[in-house]
Amino acid sequence: MNLSNTWSTLWRMALLALTLVVGIGLGQQALAQADPGSEMATAVPTVDADTWRQIRSGETGPNYRTSRFDSDYNLINASGESWRQLRNRWVSPFGLIAVGGMLGLIVLFYLIVGSKKLDEPRTGRKVLRWTLFVRSLHWTVATLFILLALTGLNLAYGKAVFRPLFGDGFWAAMMSGTKLIHNYLGPLFGIVLVILLLRLLHHNWPKKHDLVWFKKGGAMVGKGHVDAGFANGGEKVWFWLLATAGIVVIASGFVMDFPNFGLARDTMQWANIIHAIGALGLTAVALGHIYIGTIGTEGSIEGMTTGYVDETWAKEHHNLWYEEVKDQAIPEADLAAQREAPRGGDEPAPHSS
Amino acid sequence: MATMKFMCDAERCIECNGCVTACKNANEVEWGIQRRRVVTIDDGEPTEVSISVACMHCDDAPCIAVCPTETLFQRDDGIVLHDKDLCIGCGYCLYACPFGAPQFPQENAFGERGKMDKCTFCAGGPAETKEEEYQKYGANRIAEGKLPLCAEMCSTKALLAGDAQEVADIFRQRVVQRGHKDGGWSGNPRADADSLAYDATQQG
Repeated sequence: MNLSNTWSTLWRMALLALTLVVGIGLGQQALAQADPGSEMATAVPTVDADTWRQIRSGETGPNYRTSRFDSDYNLINASGESWRQLRNRWVSPFGLIAVGGMLGLIVLFYLIVGSKKLDEPRTGRKVLRWTLFVRSLHWTVATLFILLALTGLNLAYGKAVFRPLFGDGFWAAMMSGTKLIHNYLGPLFGIVLVILLLRLLHHNWPKKHDLVWFKKGGAMVGKGHVDAGFANGGEKVWFWLLATAGIVVIASGFVMDFPNFGLARDTMQWANIIHAIGALGLTAVALGHIYIGTIGTEGSIEGMTTGYVDETWAKEHHNLWYEEVKDQAIPEADLAAQREAPRGGDEPAPHSS
Repeated sequence: MATMKFMCDAERCIECNGCVTACKNANEVEWGIQRRRVVTIDDGEPTEVSISVACMHCDDAPCIAVCPTETLFQRDDGIVLHDKDLCIGCGYCLYACPFGAPQFPQENAFGERGKMDKCTFCAGGPAETKEEEYQKYGANRIAEGKLPLCAEMCSTKALLAGDAQEVADIFRQRVVQRGHKDGGWSGNPRADADSLAYDATQQG
């Protein structure tokens, strides 16, 4: 009896254990189904922080779509803020400092040191320095440069000055004009500058004596002169600045001039930054060029207006070049007579190194 | 004063483009200009999500900061508007905008940009007369005491517009209730029977 009782107890315990195990399993399943909230969280993957981080960085996956016609804009233009900071915090203020600082330095230099006068009296004999062709190119480039610089400065800083000064109506017309001039004359400036650079290239290859010229600062202060050929060290630097930075400014300007070629916003942002840095820098240096070419040096402007410079000027500022062309000097009276007479043909070819 | 904001609930947007159409219709914008757009991420994948974007009327708006003609300005209620008489089409606002909101009609030579156009929060813009305002900027529903049409027309109420505080409150409530048995239809006494979320899990 005891034995059979023991067996049945064992059976009951085993059955109970089995029911318990199965019951726990079924119960858990029922529990899961009763909470659709937690089910949703695992069954339907929603937008997670990683996805938003990618979107914020401007990334677009292969299955990115935007409903705007003919547009590939991402959801967040991440570089826009960097461009804004670069332009508003760095390029604009430092550009103003560069241009304004240069202007201040020139005024100071003029007041303290003064302009460079000729040491010797003029001989009255003239040497041809710039042909009519080069002069025409130079003044075309110069006019366009000044127009582009003024309109460019207006685009960058004008809103702080002219809107309060003139009122909305004039301001609106002024800005449309500014942009029109800047956008349409820019390419023209580019073409003329390239021709001028090609025309003057042979004068501007660096020479050994240019190093001495730089060491002595071009003898801008005090008496005395440094060896120089047709172009001195300073002129060569200006030439190569225009041939490098100038070309970059023109190229970046072309990029911004033609938004119809499907340019990306990033491309135009960089074009704008490069254009602004280059153009503001060149404007600052151009002020120096203008000063030296006009009131800064006695006799320089004559070369670019009449084409001829005085023998004394040539001897003092470009002694190596003068040595080559001194036998071609013409008395001033002969030159005046030549000008009076109807011009038969072209001016004589330039004599240069 | 209220600060006006848009907010798009990406969990609700079904990419119907109703907002795009509503905007186009309310404002009669130029051919080729689409002030609002719907962006879909991971289209066709399980993680697909859509969101409607236009000008977000930023507090510290980059477009205003970079505009060389002060075309763009912000009203006291936070709405960023533009004055078409001042715009010269330089495109700087487009370079700076985080959302690609400014657009330019290409109607001049060499692809030169025309005058910028962007979402006005249905608040028009500076003009002498109502007709001129409508012609230049589209509807001024805010002046009529109405909200932007895109948000008003949104079929799933994914796109919300209005006072930032109220919009935030609505969204906060949604986030709290999302995934509950009543699928966000709070206060429904038949929540168990109507459970949208439950149906969704049942159908896999």
